[in-house]
Amino acid sequence: MNPVTLLTVVVLAVFVGFEVVSKVSSTLHTPLMSGANAIHGIILIGAITVAGQSLNPGLLMLALIAVVLATANLVGGFVVTDRMLKMFAPRKQAGADARDETK
Amino acid sequence: MSLLSPEWTGLLYLVAAVCFILALRGLSSPKTARRGNLIGAGGALLAVITVFLSSRIENIPAILVAVAVGSAIAAPISRRVEMTQMPQLVALFNGVGGGAAALVAMLELGNSDGPWAKVAVVFTMLVGAVSFSGSAVTVGKLQGLISSRPLVFPGLALVMGGIVLVALVAGGFVVATGAALWAVILLVIGLIVGALLVLPVGGADVPIVISLLNAFTGLAVAASGIVLGNLLLVVAGTLVGASGTILTRAMASAMGRGVSGILFGAFKGGSTAG
Repeated sequence: MNPVTLLTVVVLAVFVGFEVVSKVSSTLHTPLMSGANAIHGIILIGAITVAGQSLNPGLLMLALIAVVLATANLVGGFVVTDRMLKMFAPRKQAGADARDETK
Repeated sequence: MSLLSPEWTGLLYLVAAVCFILALRGLSSPKTARRGNLIGAGGALLAVITVFLSSRIENIPAILVAVAVGSAIAAPISRRVEMTQMPQLVALFNGVGGGAAALVAMLELGNSDGPWAKVAVVFTMLVGAVSFSGSAVTVGKLQGLISSRPLVFPGLALVMGGIVLVALVAGGFVVATGAALWAVILLVIGLIVGALLVLPVGGADVPIVISLLNAFTGLAVAASGIVLGNLLLVVAGTLVGASGTILTRAMASAMGRGVSGILFGAFKGGSTAG
């Protein structure tokens, strides 16, 4: 990869990262942290790439451990974030359910 | 077998990166948060499918088993955990992500040519290991396995300074020689640094430290993208590193505290809240 292209991508991603979360309300701090946490679980594709190239059994074992850890980060991260966010709409949800029942 | 050309792979990774940006933006507002999270998960799924189709991947059955094991461990815990234990779980997932990044970089050390690629390996390993052990300590503190009071001993600042110096030397040896032995030493030092960084933090400040370690893991993942030549890892990791930094500052200021005060307050003797 061309170093200058790489630097361009990194600098632009830094600014996008700053901007997209700059207006977060404080009630969403924890879910946003959890969601960002899930996103870096994408290291899974790195772990899969490395495991897919390993020919030595010992190194393959280490790479597969990385795959297990990264999957836990990715899958667990999105599931736990979704559960946190469910808590944010209970009143609205309950209200909607009650209205459905009265129909 | 690679079914996708590099161009198609790049385009699909771009779509996944956009999904991650939309996910972070969605998560910033209560109305769009849940949809944002789902968009992020969709982007991740797309990226994982893409990696299988884009390059020559051996050992596919073993990899699929590993993915199934990881999902089978993480998904039920995430569904059943008590609401009060969610911060620990987030810290745990953050830690294993950091550990995965460190392992990936270490395994790729042999394939990385040129000093800059090796510098990226060293950075990923060190930051990933710090995130792993630091997160483990935060889990211990939140679960009550370790005292949530700031743990400090005389000369901690000196020990910390010394060990950071040793880490830099070990990192230098990894870049110069590319030897596996130095890589393992570097990994161990990273683990010690992570633990020493978080032990002095008081219980009330632990959530902010989790957010900071989350940003660290993001940076480790970005560096691993440089190691592997994978732009999606670079973009996603940088996004998390940048947004995580902003979020950490926002969380600290919401509690009326500064980030450096939380991390280094105990060193100066002015202890953090216990």
